[in-house]
Amino acid sequence: MQTNPIPRLELTGITKRFPGVLANDNVGFSVLPGEIHALLGENGAGKSTLVKMIYGIMQPDAGQIRWNGAPVTVQNPKAARKLGIGMVFQHFSLFDAMTVLENIALGLDANLPQRELEAKIRAVMQQYRLLLDPHRTVSTLSVGERQRIEIVRALLLNPSLLIMDEPTSVLTPQEVEQLFVVLRKLASEGCSILYISHKLHEIKALCDTATILRGGKLVDTCDPKVETSRSMAEKMIGAGLKEIKKVAGRTFGQERMIVNRLSVPGIGPFGISLHDINFEVKAGEIFGIAGVAGNGQNALLLALSGEVPSDDADAITVDGARVGTLSAKQRRLKGMASVPEERNGHAAVPEFTLSDNTILTARDRLHMVSGGLIRSGMAKTYAGEVITSFAVKALGPGATAGSLSGGNLQKYIMGREIMQKPSVLVVSQPTWGVDAGAAAAIHQALVDLAGQGSAIVVISQDLDELLSLCDTLAVINGGRLSKPMQVAEADINEIGLLMGGIHGDTSAVAPERAHAH
Amino acid sequence: MRIKLEKRPEPSRLMLVITPIASVLLTMLVGVVVFDALGIDGQRAVVDIFLTPLLASYKWQDVAVKAAPLIIIGLGLSIGNRANVWNIGAEGQYIIGALCAAGIGIAAGTSGGPFIMVLMVLAGIAGGSAWASVPAVLKTRLGVNEILSSLMFTYVALQVLSYLVGGPWKDPNGRNFPATAPLTADQALPLLPFTSVHLGVGVALVLPFLFWLLMSKSVFGYQIRVVGSAPNAARHGGFDSNQTVWLAMLIGGGMAGLAGALEFAGALKTINLGFPSGYGFTAIIVSFLGRLHPIGVLIAGIVLAVTYVGGQVAQTTVHIPNATAGIFQAMMLFFILASDIFVRYRVRFIPAAKSAPAAGE
Amino acid sequence: MDSAFIISAIITIVGISTPILLAGLGELVAEKAGVLNLGVEGMMLIGAIAGFAVTVYTGNPWLGVVGAGVAGALSALLFGFFVLTLNSNQVATGLALTIFGTGLSSLIGLSFVGRIVPQFGSVFPRELATDPIGRLFFGYSPIVYFALIMVVLVAWFLKSTRSGLILRAVGENDLSAHSIGYSVIAVRYAAVAFGGAMAGIGGVYFSLVITPMWAERMTAGRGWIALALVVFASWRAPRLLVGAYFFGVLMWLELNAKAGGLSFLPGAALIPSQFWAAMPYLMTVVVLALISMRDRIGSNAPACLGKPFLPAT
Repeated sequence: MQTNPIPRLELTGITKRFPGVLANDNVGFSVLPGEIHALLGENGAGKSTLVKMIYGIMQPDAGQIRWNGAPVTVQNPKAARKLGIGMVFQHFSLFDAMTVLENIALGLDANLPQRELEAKIRAVMQQYRLLLDPHRTVSTLSVGERQRIEIVRALLLNPSLLIMDEPTSVLTPQEVEQLFVVLRKLASEGCSILYISHKLHEIKALCDTATILRGGKLVDTCDPKVETSRSMAEKMIGAGLKEIKKVAGRTFGQERMIVNRLSVPGIGPFGISLHDINFEVKAGEIFGIAGVAGNGQNALLLALSGEVPSDDADAITVDGARVGTLSAKQRRLKGMASVPEERNGHAAVPEFTLSDNTILTARDRLHMVSGGLIRSGMAKTYAGEVITSFAVKALGPGATAGSLSGGNLQKYIMGREIMQKPSVLVVSQPTWGVDAGAAAAIHQALVDLAGQGSAIVVISQDLDELLSLCDTLAVINGGRLSKPMQVAEADINEIGLLMGGIHGDTSAVAPERAHAH
Repeated sequence: MRIKLEKRPEPSRLMLVITPIASVLLTMLVGVVVFDALGIDGQRAVVDIFLTPLLASYKWQDVAVKAAPLIIIGLGLSIGNRANVWNIGAEGQYIIGALCAAGIGIAAGTSGGPFIMVLMVLAGIAGGSAWASVPAVLKTRLGVNEILSSLMFTYVALQVLSYLVGGPWKDPNGRNFPATAPLTADQALPLLPFTSVHLGVGVALVLPFLFWLLMSKSVFGYQIRVVGSAPNAARHGGFDSNQTVWLAMLIGGGMAGLAGALEFAGALKTINLGFPSGYGFTAIIVSFLGRLHPIGVLIAGIVLAVTYVGGQVAQTTVHIPNATAGIFQAMMLFFILASDIFVRYRVRFIPAAKSAPAAGE
Repeated sequence: MDSAFIISAIITIVGISTPILLAGLGELVAEKAGVLNLGVEGMMLIGAIAGFAVTVYTGNPWLGVVGAGVAGALSALLFGFFVLTLNSNQVATGLALTIFGTGLSSLIGLSFVGRIVPQFGSVFPRELATDPIGRLFFGYSPIVYFALIMVVLVAWFLKSTRSGLILRAVGENDLSAHSIGYSVIAVRYAAVAFGGAMAGIGGVYFSLVITPMWAERMTAGRGWIALALVVFASWRAPRLLVGAYFFGVLMWLELNAKAGGLSFLPGAALIPSQFWAAMPYLMTVVVLALISMRDRIGSNAPACLGKPFLPAT
């Protein structure tokens, strides 16, 4: 790394306001050439907004951006690219029906003849070992491969600053290592890297400096190699990490849900198929399912909730009843409840009132329907109860679901299901995108429900959440589930390997992962 | 000074009601201006198109008779539109429904009476539903876009009509004119005494209230709304979205077929090549102008019927072609579509301020 | 069936295929950019009357064609304003445009009924254009040749140029295109305007070439066939050309059947003319079903077709 006193990028006093929220409040830091600089913070801390301003997607309301010492105004992404700033977004801007080559061409500002472009692409791919066939159609690629397209796009511009926005949420641990190799190589060549993440162990492994944001404000700029994960987490969250209150000396009761050889074919050409899923959850137990995104979590939730029923009635048993072939509606009548990952559009209807949203899942168990007609008074009353019990900040049962903040809507949805007192509750990503306060409330509610004897399944990509919440843990990978393990005795390394696809259980057949290559 | 659009947290109820009214008024205003520009007496034309049909003592019957199919088809379409199902083939379903009713009439020969009438109406509903079921199957089984498929079937229906009235169903006593033999007096629907208002108008006045009840109070109405707003949530809530598409298309087709049967058996009593009046397309405007709400559809149907009758009036008074009623109908739709923005957004005028110096200036 | 009959048939077919080829080509570009414009019939009629009026006043049919194109483009921009700037429902707006265009053209056309206009001169030398065999290639109105050239240009544009790539990207994934920095709205406005211009020229073919006079609703539903044609051609320009002539054959069969018989086709007298008239629509439904059965990616349908552009920020 060169020691050059002039920073590649320097931000001072950056402020950005949106209606109702101060996204960035007087933030400043600097990045040296060849430095790998982390931008750390929870969801809503202001990382995305800050980076959008660096890349020219928005303009700051106040403050200054300096590039190589000189003040600049980054008018738009094109201007950013001209300066030498490249960005790999968390959500890719790709065109499924087009080829890799066409996708990369679209990401460039210049108009290069096809042959020349292809030669350049191959050169970059070789140099950084990001191998891809330029003539493949994007829809046939895996998520990791699609990310490579985005990286190649950015690298073709010969950037002096590369911004990576949460790049590893979609990668296996092995792919993460490969990415780190690429980034370290880039840094050694003098390119600065701005690495946005909330994954503490990655930042400790990769980054030279970390700037921590919380609630729009700058908390600290520190050296991750010196700090501990815990100290960085505390700065990120802002308080001593609270331990979840679990009742001491819990015992579990009978099995409430047994999943036996559940197999469901994937939906659509790129759906993940579930193979031979086996696990059981006892009364009072919280069962966690960990895994990297895209390994069948959504398919599993749909299969358990009944939205995608199986052919085999014995595949799922709830309190002894065989529900495998039953629909979601029928499973609810047997005592099952579920909360899918997507709050707006799946768990709730954003345009409907909170009262109408209770009808969605509670109408049968809470007798809100009689003679084909809806008893709206009952729905309203129930909605009011949920709002009060779960401290949902809303104007009332008549407020639309879409008008609630993420955390409040998630609390409402959780409350709607939990207050139906289900025997079995399956939730996916219960605190994704939710502020720390609401997340804590949701975790406590789940623990309390388990304490009353329900069986709970938590599917999550947040390993920290699962380790603090669950009693038992299994890992889903490629549509298959590992053998469950007790959280108290679990080994993080083993979990990581399982997430990456190596099953520890020697009796299991080596998984034939659908190779996209 | 610039205009800023702020998304409202909830759609404005006030605007939902005001905008259709404003659209009609604006259309009248623009109409005056456009006609004057073309050298036609704008005020006279607009008055004749919009007001005369309501005020002239005998014209309201025409309005009632024209409103009936618009309202009935519009009700069916608004259910579909609420469920995000786009049935553009209502005109074809209307025609097939009328043809099925006519078929019963021909088969009945000279016998009439309530039984035959009921049979004709049922045949109309069945025919319209059946015609809509093909695009429905194509959508639920194969994912075919129902806009394109239902539209194609409209043009096929036109050919079926042309073939039948020019061939097998041509009135043998009709001097070789392509039309079906007219219904006898006891085959046609009863009329309000001393008027040309037939039973179908009564049906059109009652149905909106039934639909209102259905949409707001029943689980089916809830299902339609959920499927239209958030199909994943509908599935999560235990509603089968394929079943909903089916039902929405069948209801749309059935209503269109009902309208066709009633128009045939009540108003025209014969089918010829001029039967397709474009009601199936105008009903789409009716359902939008009525904001997909059954009572709104009732009112909008009357408004559009007024413009149809008014167009005929203006043809004789100011000598503009019949087709110009279409200009007004389209303008009302344009205005209501444009005004949607006021429902979803609040318009703010921001005075030009010295913006904070952009970073680095 | 002798050669003179065949030549005459081909010439007629080429003629009646040209308007739908033009309108279809324009709509193909608009749909490739993600916009479904159901107002084709209305735009064709507006083009027909505008072109006719311009020709009457200037005495020059070439200017008439230009006028038709401009009028068609303007009406398409009206549609575009509602759909792209105000984000209104594309289906309803397109239908409104059709109803509006039909009514407006009837109204304006009132004073043009019964007028006659000067015709196009032939593009090629007179001897070639009137030669019994030569007229098969050289005897067409200039608009026919224009249409063929446009097919080639549009195909090349979409496949091989950067702008064409951007247009396809906008229709494939508007949010991604927006993230990268392309102006989705501007591209769609341009595509829609092009669609309108082509529809307008397709319409003026009726009033200047097929029957050089104006009658209201003279396009007789050809705009709807053009919409069907785009789907039938799976949104590919070369297939559009083939499809247009195929539909032209079907329309020719209908005309002949109506006129009193297809004596040259054994057994054809039994088939009513309505069958041929219905065929283009039925065939399009069949094609729709076939392409939907395959993987959607293979169907070439632009993924954003008909959906409004709603950027998150």
